Amino acid sequence: MSEVIHADHHDDHDHGPEKGLLRWLYTTNHKDIGTLYLWFSFAMFLVGGVLALVIRAELFQPGLQFVEPEFFNQMTTNHGLIMVFGAIMPAFVGLANWLIPMQVGAPDMALPRMNNLSFWILPFAFGMMISTLFMEGGGPNFGWTFYAPLSTTYAPDSVTYFIFAVHLMGASSIMGSINIIATILNMRAPGMTLMKMPLFVWTWLITAYLLIAVMPVLAGAVTMMLFDIHFNTSFFNAAGGGDPVMFQHIFWFFGHPEVYIMILPAFGIVSHIIATFARKPLFGYSSMVYAVASIAFLSFIVWAHHMFTVGMPLAGQLFFMYSTMLIAVPTGVKVFNWIATMWRGSMTFETPMLFAIAFVVLFTMGGFSGLMLAITPVDYQYHDTYFVVAHFHYVLVPGALFSIIAAVYFWIPKWTGKMYNESLGKLHFWLSFIGVNITFFPQHFSGLAGMPRRIPDYALQFADFNMLSSIGAFIFGFSQLVFLYVLIHTIRSGKPAEGRAWEGAKGLEWTLPSPAPYHSFTHPPKVTDAEVQG
Amino acid sequence: MKKTILQFASGIALIGWALIVQADELNLRPGVTDISREVYDLHMLILGICVAIGVVVFGVLFWSVYAHRKSRGQEAAQFHHNTYLEILWTIVPTIILVLMAIPSTQVLIAMYDTGGEDMTVEVRGYQWKWQYKYLDEDYNRTFSFFSNLATPRSQINNRQVKTDTYLLEVDRPLKIPANRKVRFLITAEDVIHAWWVPDFGIKRDAVPGVVNDLWTIVPEPGVYRGQCTELCGKDHGFMPIVVEVLPEAEFDAWYASQASTEVVKAESFGETFTHEQLMAKGEEIYGTYCAACHLADGQGIPPAFPAIAGSAVAMGPRDDHLRLVIDGVAGSAMQAFGKQLDPVELASVVHFQRHSFGNDAGDISQPADVVNLSGGQ
Repeated sequence: MSEVIHADHHDDHDHGPEKGLLRWLYTTNHKDIGTLYLWFSFAMFLVGGVLALVIRAELFQPGLQFVEPEFFNQMTTNHGLIMVFGAIMPAFVGLANWLIPMQVGAPDMALPRMNNLSFWILPFAFGMMISTLFMEGGGPNFGWTFYAPLSTTYAPDSVTYFIFAVHLMGASSIMGSINIIATILNMRAPGMTLMKMPLFVWTWLITAYLLIAVMPVLAGAVTMMLFDIHFNTSFFNAAGGGDPVMFQHIFWFFGHPEVYIMILPAFGIVSHIIATFARKPLFGYSSMVYAVASIAFLSFIVWAHHMFTVGMPLAGQLFFMYSTMLIAVPTGVKVFNWIATMWRGSMTFETPMLFAIAFVVLFTMGGFSGLMLAITPVDYQYHDTYFVVAHFHYVLVPGALFSIIAAVYFWIPKWTGKMYNESLGKLHFWLSFIGVNITFFPQHFSGLAGMPRRIPDYALQFADFNMLSSIGAFIFGFSQLVFLYVLIHTIRSGKPAEGRAWEGAKGLEWTLPSPAPYHSFTHPPKVTDAEVQG
Repeated sequence: MKKTILQFASGIALIGWALIVQADELNLRPGVTDISREVYDLHMLILGICVAIGVVVFGVLFWSVYAHRKSRGQEAAQFHHNTYLEILWTIVPTIILVLMAIPSTQVLIAMYDTGGEDMTVEVRGYQWKWQYKYLDEDYNRTFSFFSNLATPRSQINNRQVKTDTYLLEVDRPLKIPANRKVRFLITAEDVIHAWWVPDFGIKRDAVPGVVNDLWTIVPEPGVYRGQCTELCGKDHGFMPIVVEVLPEAEFDAWYASQASTEVVKAESFGETFTHEQLMAKGEEIYGTYCAACHLADGQGIPPAFPAIAGSAVAMGPRDDHLRLVIDGVAGSAMQAFGKQLDPVELASVVHFQRHSFGNDAGDISQPADVVNLSGGQ
């Protein structure tokens, strides 16, 4: 049936985008929407980065220099919220939009109008959230985890805008996920069975289910906050019979799957890149799929490891310690598979490969500190110190973020039809790699020495490491301007790229010309073993 | 040549490891209690295992990066799975994890052994200070006090040289005896805080409406410092914890004197004070309890923290002002100070506010007025 409809519409092959700015407002094309998502997330990344630099400037030396504690708390809170919901997540959705239809051999996403809506909600959500910083009483200042009652009874008035913004982000994510699932399950080219799908598609399929499962939980949490603030309910108010600890259980039931939402698509990306530049098939394809599925399942039963100090009974502590330790097994399998893919390959080290290798090494280091944090009795010493800050920045910055940057370098020839400048790409890599380690490695030490998180001023014994960390942050932050330059330079004056831009690249997207046509596959492509692995 | 490089590298690694083990600034503190030392040993064990795995895994990775590159003329192999290898690297990590879980479980069980205490102290978190209540055998309060940051604003604002205990010093430290099992009941008045003394190896969240418990036995008398470790608002970074561990006899003497001062203090509630006495006492209390939000010049940070200078409350009826300070304002950051300050302190701080920052109410507040208003408590 769908074949027939397709045939009817496919006479106008050069049907391209509309002209002018309205193209971007009305577009239902997966590539346009992917581009919007990616530029939006890059803009949010720069905004969140500026907030991070305000934090690091204040922490350069002990004492209060630039900002007041009240404003400092708004910086840490909004830095976290913007990076998680505005930079990392939309970037992955943007990559999904660009790549999934091309990788499964479809012409576009399954639900193009909803796709437009799910993007265009975001600028309004973030516009509203960021505008609270300029309101009387200031913006959210209770940490990105917004624990009640600091975020309810004791919150600034602007918290209601924050709640509405979170609702909008959730709606956008859920729509994006439904679209991705519908596309993957219904629009694969004939012959592309589930166990032949590229890993990026697999990881996003699982991620999308996680999003649909947990975004409503977050919406529930903020709705209860709204009721506590405006309608005198007492969900989280102990004086009215509520329980502040319940907030944390609900939040982390969302929050732990959320952190895997930010890393599973990265696993997919890195698998493609390492196999390509090793010029070898990915090692252990099916165990990769099972490992991602296991990690996703485990993510639902480990949430209280964020709450070891909240005062749970011994049996609860033990359960969450054991289940958390278990995550190391499938994660280890993935790391071993990547190394086995590299083993006896014929490797070259273009920019995407450099970022991918840095991902494997630095993400694994974040994994090690994660394993240490899983050990409950020791976690008491680490909890809410800079050791935790170092841990999650290692998995999110050289983890999730590096994978996104690697993906941009890897697929930009396909998107623009042009090749980036390799020397500038390598310069960007080395500056980022050095900057990220100078920023976050010393934070392990200040955490172990006892420096708590989210403080605008600190005791003198933490001074050296904080200064180092601040220097690194400025190196890392400004080196992202190199990235911006590389992107603009590529789009305006990059050298033309071939259809198969990389020697070892496999996958349906590489069978298309570069730049890819506006409607990816107007006829279902032939799925051959040469292009897909199973 | 290759051998010397290898020796050099392993030498550096060993020195690095020795530095991590020894340097205070680089590693977790072993602390002073049995529990904290067990925690430290566990930390070193897990860290050691992670470093060992890291050396092997990254070693293989970097060898591959070095050897299996196209520029060395390497041909790509085409293998893509090996069932035995995959089973092996699933089972071996599982076994390592089980081996890590055993000592972790033992230490955790030891930490949960809260019974058999010699004395109990209630620790209550407030925005942004700690209250310590010494409880008797029936959990009744014998005496209590607040512990506030003692670092002067001038050091925080870089107008004065910072001392060694910058931000880690308080006006009244918690005092406990050495060698006795002290049980802490941890809770909070307003938002969630967390009470942590790294050298004891204990940390617990202070949650309003929930009472958590912790215990410690400290063999060595001394002064031990920590900080609040749960974001609790504006001055989260400025509510340190200082615990002074006293030899047993010294502690008993201090405890007895504190309990008797409680009685003497209650007698002063009937006295009348002069304007000057109230202003002097009031200024001191204002600096400790009010200035964090309402600022030293009484200008506040509106709208969250209203100004006192020229405010309707400070210029209005005296009893309304007293009541507001005693009962607080529900749903705002203004706490009920009736629970925190005694009548002398309350009367003097209100009197101070009514006669400072350009305010001139022209009346006088006495401890007896506070006692009357708060129902004779």
